[in-house]
Amino acid sequence: MRALVLIKVAWQSILKNTMRTLLTMLGIIIGVGAVIVMVAVGQGAQARINQQIQNLGTNMIVLTAGASNQGGVNQGAASFNRLTVENVDTLRRESTLLAGISPVIFAPGQVIGGAGNWRTHVNGVSTDYPVIRDWGLSSGSFFDANDLRTLRKVAVIGQTVATALFPDADPIGQEIQIRNVPFKIIGVLAPKGQTAGGEDQDDVILAPYTTVKDRLAGRQFIPQILASTSRPEDIAPAQAEIKAIMREAHRLATWEADDFTVRNQTDLAETAESTTKVMTMLLAAIASISLLVGGIGIMNIMLVSVTERTREIGIRLSIGAHGSDVMTQFLVESTVMSLLGGAIGILAGFAGARILGHFTGWNTVVSVPTVFLALAFSASVGIFFGFYPARKASALNPIDALRYE
Amino acid sequence: MASQPVIHTHGLVKVYAMGANQVKALRGVDLTVAPGEFVAVMGASGSGKSTLMNILGCLDVPTEGTYDLDGERVNGLGRNALADIRNRKIGFVFQGFNLLSRTSAVENVELPLLYDRSGKHLESRRLALRALDRVGLSDRGHHMPNELSGGQQQRVAIARALVTEPALLLADEPTGNLDTRTSVEVLSLFQQLNDQGITIVLVTHERDISTYTKRIVELRDGKVIRDVPVADRRQASDDVKDLDAAGEVV
Repeated sequence: MRALVLIKVAWQSILKNTMRTLLTMLGIIIGVGAVIVMVAVGQGAQARINQQIQNLGTNMIVLTAGASNQGGVNQGAASFNRLTVENVDTLRRESTLLAGISPVIFAPGQVIGGAGNWRTHVNGVSTDYPVIRDWGLSSGSFFDANDLRTLRKVAVIGQTVATALFPDADPIGQEIQIRNVPFKIIGVLAPKGQTAGGEDQDDVILAPYTTVKDRLAGRQFIPQILASTSRPEDIAPAQAEIKAIMREAHRLATWEADDFTVRNQTDLAETAESTTKVMTMLLAAIASISLLVGGIGIMNIMLVSVTERTREIGIRLSIGAHGSDVMTQFLVESTVMSLLGGAIGILAGFAGARILGHFTGWNTVVSVPTVFLALAFSASVGIFFGFYPARKASALNPIDALRYE
Repeated sequence: MASQPVIHTHGLVKVYAMGANQVKALRGVDLTVAPGEFVAVMGASGSGKSTLMNILGCLDVPTEGTYDLDGERVNGLGRNALADIRNRKIGFVFQGFNLLSRTSAVENVELPLLYDRSGKHLESRRLALRALDRVGLSDRGHHMPNELSGGQQQRVAIARALVTEPALLLADEPTGNLDTRTSVEVLSLFQQLNDQGITIVLVTHERDISTYTKRIVELRDGKVIRDVPVADRRQASDDVKDLDAAGEVV
């Protein structure tokens, strides 16, 4: 009830000094606006990285050889490179949750064909690979089980390779030489873009892993196995299942640690996210300084205002205002000003984030929690920096205040 | 009940510490003002009349002595209790009007009601308009102070003093910033309000002004040296007419 009256009094006083109010709010507007824009940039980057990780494939699980130094115990070279084609077959046979599984055999090499030559990654994979990576074709077809079984020398090339070797012609049906082994191009992958690390995913050639293993790599072991589940909630049980099957396949005793590592996208995402989170925090911290400066601006103006309005305070005290009434009035004034400034700052931040995104091409995301945080922060700035001037006003002696010129 | 004095002080002493020196502003003031009185407190500067005015207005507390306002013992009360007393029992009229700038007349008059703790703020607008009507400014409610003449501003201040229906109207040099004609007009309003039963204490150093009141209390060096009824009381409303007549001749 009384609070309502005091809010009314404070509001009238704010309206009576439009210019002063606006100038006071400017600091908060800029501060909150800067925080919003900075956090939007940080969260935009985060969202982009998440999307890129999602882009790796749907519900993907990565199985690599060797333990990732877990618990400080390095497994050493003896346990390295112990993933085999047989492991892939066992997993395919025994697993109940996997929708697809594919070994990945890397064989970098010089490729000759079409317009010239090109150094690229040649990956030996299975027919499940497009499903696991959620990667379609832009033309042609992927190799099938028959191609795998018969070790056919067919290849599916990425967009970058297609543009490099066949800028004008249709690559389908053309022949290329990978390390002097002739392969026939049967398909071109759809563009996938860069990884979170900036690597060009389209700079790749996919071929049946049987062919690659036999003709290009010439090794028994495979460095990586990719798998996927059809539903996201199956990822964790599937990982456990893979672990169990692999431990059995590798005949590990119960006291022995895993000699392989199973990770999923979430793990990858978490690593990337923690990096961008630090960046976002850093940006927000820098922007917060301007909010702090804005708060000091409010205190400054309120202090001047208390001096300037000494007579008004004297009048209010002489006609029966308690010290606490005057204090509340000034506190409400500073809080309303900073809240109002915060609200305008949020709008300015929205606009700023869009403009910045438009001109730099950065992804910017203004999230709801940020907005509420900014509002809460600006309100507390008002209360914190309004407190000292308000106290000063309430402690005035009415006689002296009335006589003040 | 009717005989209970509005003001009753006994042995008021006020000592200010000015560095090492002690200045005695009041040296034992006994003053009793009955309801319906119109008292002029007079004295040269340094006589202690401002100090007395501050104590009577509950803006300051005496060093020694007692003060009963409208039957309530005032000395010894805290800051907030004094503020409540000022709000309920005293209406102030100052020399410099002391209206809030950029605040309309009616909002200025409403001001004391906002700090009233008995719920009067709910009908503050109505009460404020009625008080403005009493001082003859019912059509100026929405004007800002700087759009009003000095006399009108002082009348707004009087309306503000009246709006809480106080026991005592305390005026500190209310005509100090006004020309002669306007001064007499304001005094005419005071006389009119006094005729309606309002108790008024007016602090002034102008002998001329005091002749419109009913009783003169004169201070010197912190003591009452004279306390007499006004023998030949002037009617301000007549003097306004005289001034107008004289003005037409000139």
